[in-house]
Amino acid sequence: MAYLELDRVAKQFGAQTVVDDFSLAVGKGEFISFLGPSGCGKTTTLQMIAGFLDPTRGVIRLEGKDLTAIHPAKRGLGIVFQSYALFPHMTAAENVAFGLEMRKVARGERAERVRAALAMVGLAGYEDRHPRRMSGGQQQRVALARALVIKPSVLLLDEPLSNLDAKLREEMQIELRQIQRTIGTTTILVTHDQNEAMSLSDRIVVMSQGRIEQIATPQETYERPASAFVSQFLGKTNDFAATIDRTSAPARLIAGSWSAPAPAGLSGPVTVSIRPERIGFGDAGLTAKIVTRIFQGNHWLFQCESECGPAIVIRQNDGQSQPVEGEAVRLAWRPEDMSVRGASA
Amino acid sequence: MSTAAEERSARAPWALTAPALMLFVGVLLIPLAMTVMLSFHDWGQYKGIEPVFILKNWREIATDSYYAEMFGRTFRIAILTTLLTAVLGAPEAYILNRMSGRWKSFFLLVILGPLLISVVARTLGWALLFGGNNGLVNKLMMSAGLIRSPIPFMFTETGMVVALAHVMMPFMVLSVWAALQRLDPQIENAALSLGASPVTIIRRIIMPQIMPGVLSGAIIVFSLSASAFATPAIIGGRRLKVAATLAYDEFLNTLDWPLGAAVATLLLVALVLIVVGSNALIERRYAEVFR
Ligand SMILES: Nc1ncnc2c1ncn2[C@@H]1O[C@H](COP(=O)(O)OP(=O)(O)O)[C@@H](O)[C@H]1O
Ligand SMILES: [Mg+2]
Repeated sequence: MAYLELDRVAKQFGAQTVVDDFSLAVGKGEFISFLGPSGCGKTTTLQMIAGFLDPTRGVIRLEGKDLTAIHPAKRGLGIVFQSYALFPHMTAAENVAFGLEMRKVARGERAERVRAALAMVGLAGYEDRHPRRMSGGQQQRVALARALVIKPSVLLLDEPLSNLDAKLREEMQIELRQIQRTIGTTTILVTHDQNEAMSLSDRIVVMSQGRIEQIATPQETYERPASAFVSQFLGKTNDFAATIDRTSAPARLIAGSWSAPAPAGLSGPVTVSIRPERIGFGDAGLTAKIVTRIFQGNHWLFQCESECGPAIVIRQNDGQSQPVEGEAVRLAWRPEDMSVRGASA
Repeated sequence: MSTAAEERSARAPWALTAPALMLFVGVLLIPLAMTVMLSFHDWGQYKGIEPVFILKNWREIATDSYYAEMFGRTFRIAILTTLLTAVLGAPEAYILNRMSGRWKSFFLLVILGPLLISVVARTLGWALLFGGNNGLVNKLMMSAGLIRSPIPFMFTETGMVVALAHVMMPFMVLSVWAALQRLDPQIENAALSLGASPVTIIRRIIMPQIMPGVLSGAIIVFSLSASAFATPAIIGGRRLKVAATLAYDEFLNTLDWPLGAAVATLLLVALVLIVVGSNALIERRYAEVFR
């Protein structure tokens, strides 16, 4: 039974369809990410859940009840905005207390819950600071505490970490995940950062141009991308043109000098995609030449020119000697490490 | 490095600002100092201005209740005008800010309108609407039986406040508008998601954040209204004088320049004190919002 459900939701601004045919079932306590490039409609979808925008079509249900019929002030959702949208004239404690005040929580309980919420996000002792006197990371934590203190049924996060520097962002990711695990709030995170989506979520909704490309666990979206868009968007990948030859028996999939038994179903021209870390240097396989070799500490990155076009290969730095620039190599991979799509997809 | 070049580079800022500085000193500081000096000179019907140092004019202003009444009226009108522009202008700016593109620019033009029309034409327009028995509005309301006698407008403080508020409105709206631009565009949604009603959002979230804008608008409107000349001159005429029109009369009708200078100096000093004082107060009070 889905906790939060979006059923064929669509949003149009004038003639422009920004979100279309968006269906998603979120389980209670689940951490979902909306992942996609800027402008693909993530924020719009989130704002429809929050109630700041009305869907043009479709239904949004929370625990079976139609959410679109409920005024945004009554939905009881916790929202963290990209700009944090803290109240600059109030202290951190006053910011966090605001939602409780609106709920007429008694003064004593309010103070206790505000203190606990600020402590949870690691801001004990910052009660009387004003937001403009806090760093970006601290403001972010106040915003999170303000959203969580009202015990929201769903927590909505709109690119909450995108204004932080890389190191702080990583720390906050870990912390966010821990907090979410501890209190178990159903969470939807909007992000355009694939690492963030993969390291935080139970499931990822990959979006492109207002449509869902794939809904799956981080591992599945990475290993079994449902479309070329997904495989390109989530990390580096190699796409090679190949053909499936069913005239011979047994049928074979052929990419240049590399071949393997053909998978069932497809035939004719196809696209195979293989993650760079799944390609090895061997005695047989695609003929290629190393163009550049870049040392990146724990791994090596090779850019090659293969008979099927440019290819990238990542090898663990395991102490073994690695091919040098200009060297001719053969690229090989296990058939189960690649995904095969019809040539158009 | 040669000392000559050093000297030259040290002189350069002075040389470059000299023209503007001379203009400033020539057209502002010197006349101002002369006006202050003038206020200590003596004057008589037949002897004219005598360049002596006496406190006669200042004593007259301090003791004659006529001046107290006149300065009282000046500041009463300025305060009421400021309140009226704040009460009408702040919501006006808020609504304007929420309008969509095309309407926004249209209404912005409407609000700026008064600044584009000559003060004489604008004030006479009010006179045409409300002036005596022949004013358009008065005539209509009387013939409709709503009022028996015309609403007094000309030669009243109400008339001055209304006409002044009309022309001062753009300063208040633009000042509040500037404060609204600094708001986080999602701030209302944030409050809404926490369960705040529209009234609470305005009262607890929007108002405190635009208050600095309202107050700096108020300072502008107050100082311009207190020193306004044309509008009070047309609506109040010789009957209802304010500081500016009084100084004008002393200079050009009575020809008692020293007394006029004293009135003008007092107005200037009072305004500077009020503006500087309230500005300091505002900056202290709203330090968190201004940062
Ligand atoms: N209020 C609006 N009016 C018109 N178009 C809008 C509005 N809000 C968003 N859009 C358009 O909708 C598209 C998706 O926007 P958004 O949901 O903010 O994308 P994302 O959050 O994925 O970057 C963009 O092309 C944007 O220009
Ligand atoms: Mg967005």
